[in-house]
Amino acid sequence: MFPPGELWPPILLTLELASVTTVLLLALGTPLSWWLARSHAPWKEAVAAVVALPLVLPPTVLGFYLLIALGPDGPGGWIAGLFGGRTLAFSFAGLVVGSVIYSLPFVVQPIRNAFQAIGERPLEVAATLRASPWDAFWSVAVPLARPGFLTGAILGFAHTVGEFGVVLMIGGNIPGETKVLSIAIYDYVETLRWDQAHVLAGGMLAFAFVVVLAMLLLEKRLARGGK
Amino acid sequence: MSGNPAIIDVRLAGRLGTFDLDVAFAAPMHGITALFGPSGCGKTTILRCIAGLQRLPGRLAVGGEVWQDDAPRIFRRPHARPVGYVFQEASLFPHLSVHGNLTYGQRRADPAETVRFDEAVELLGLGGLLARGTAALSGGERQRVAIGRALLSQPRLLLMDEPLAALDGPSRDEILPYLEALHAALSLPVIYVSHDIAEVERLADTVVLMDHGRVQASGRLTDLQADPNLPLIHLPQAAVTIEATAVERDRTYGLTVFSAEGGRLLVPGKSATLGARRRLRISAADVSLTLSAATDSSILNKLPARIVSLAPQDADAIQFNVVLRLGAEGHGARIVARVTRKSRDVLQLAPGSAVFAQIKGVALVTAGGQAPHDGLKRKERPGGGAP
Repeated sequence: MFPPGELWPPILLTLELASVTTVLLLALGTPLSWWLARSHAPWKEAVAAVVALPLVLPPTVLGFYLLIALGPDGPGGWIAGLFGGRTLAFSFAGLVVGSVIYSLPFVVQPIRNAFQAIGERPLEVAATLRASPWDAFWSVAVPLARPGFLTGAILGFAHTVGEFGVVLMIGGNIPGETKVLSIAIYDYVETLRWDQAHVLAGGMLAFAFVVVLAMLLLEKRLARGGK
Repeated sequence: MSGNPAIIDVRLAGRLGTFDLDVAFAAPMHGITALFGPSGCGKTTILRCIAGLQRLPGRLAVGGEVWQDDAPRIFRRPHARPVGYVFQEASLFPHLSVHGNLTYGQRRADPAETVRFDEAVELLGLGGLLARGTAALSGGERQRVAIGRALLSQPRLLLMDEPLAALDGPSRDEILPYLEALHAALSLPVIYVSHDIAEVERLADTVVLMDHGRVQASGRLTDLQADPNLPLIHLPQAAVTIEATAVERDRTYGLTVFSAEGGRLLVPGKSATLGARRRLRISAADVSLTLSAATDSSILNKLPARIVSLAPQDADAIQFNVVLRLGAEGHGARIVARVTRKSRDVLQLAPGSAVFAQIKGVALVTAGGQAPHDGLKRKERPGGGAP
């Protein structure tokens, strides 16, 4: 048997990474989704396409460019320099940056759709009831788009938990710093420690099932009770 | 910066899809002003511009406050304009209860209230609905909540965009008395968009007649109805509404005597308390003309009048619209009679002629000043059983 203690660090690191990433995704994705849903700018769809790129790009390609961007000669290295470091690659901060970019489309798409589904009318009504645009956004648009936010947050979190290629490219395999679940499983399999791989892989399978089931049930409930 | 405090001054001009909108009119800061015209003539656009939801070049001043002007560039954002807006569809917030919807604007409005919550709930009969969600409401109930919500945002001007158009017949009949009650109870000016002349006759004091993005005429409803140069008189159901006061009751025959400018009119039924002002509708088709006061007619209302003008109703001049003023001297209210060309020739009718107007039907248009549920309570009383 193996000591189960060694399984915990990657699990906790993964949860930490997914939580931080989800919070950042919502903070970044909400205004972006709002703009994509409401703007009439002609180049808006070009921005939407850039956001959606991670859906089609091989994670290694994304990881490769991120590695360059985060490295000592890229903007990431410059930012790291402000804090006395040399590079953002192979660090937790680098993983967060990579995960946010990689999971952005999974958060933006459902929130943008939810904002678009609201339409112009409720916001016009709010305006005629003395609500400023900022006020109307929080008191009308966000509550009405709640299902989209839930879906986006769950997808963003789950997708970050499951990412592998990007992490491998920019994070490497540093225990406690960048060694997340998917990397750990890969590592165990490579070193022929099948028992550990089984436990982690089985746990991920169960997690994925619970997430998808929870989302379906939530959506069903919101669709029924939300109106 | 300032303007006339007694009027809503609207001047807008701009391109609107397939045609140009170019309007200028002034509506009084009291009563209901109807923007009346066929669908697609630009009425809703004007209302949206007044609310600031849409922008066309021009100038807007409401009760002396300038909301939009192009010369010194002024454009008040919609949430900074004290308007209440009732959309064609109630557009309630689905994530809030009826109570939450009603108070949404109230919480954001000027704390110096002119419409209190209880008052609005009472006026619109919303008491039983407050805790409910919006999904279970009927069409009429939804629209009543929307009206209450708009009123509670403490507007200085209420804008209503065909609030009855999306409702079926029964719901419409349910709402109309509430609108009349509102009209009687509040001094709030209302701009009411409609393409239904029956609604306009029931509610409006002032009318702005529109067609293809232009104002054809504006003025008091009665004056426009009796204007031979405007389309209202040519409608098949053309009529004139006049304001009258209930002055006497004929108990023997169950009639009420109304006093209007230039004459007295008998209306069957105890339709109003004495002293009450009511709106009477006289259909042009129900008015016939005689040269002498007939005593052998079943028609009760035979009033002396003078002819102001005659004009053909149709292209073949088979029928004529005759505009009359009540009273032997012709100084009273205007009404319209529809007669055939043959009658005109036989009676030798001409402007200035003294005639008698025989009015077969006089209809009360408004239910009156009290809220509809008061009216219901009142009905129960004579039935007995009340302690």
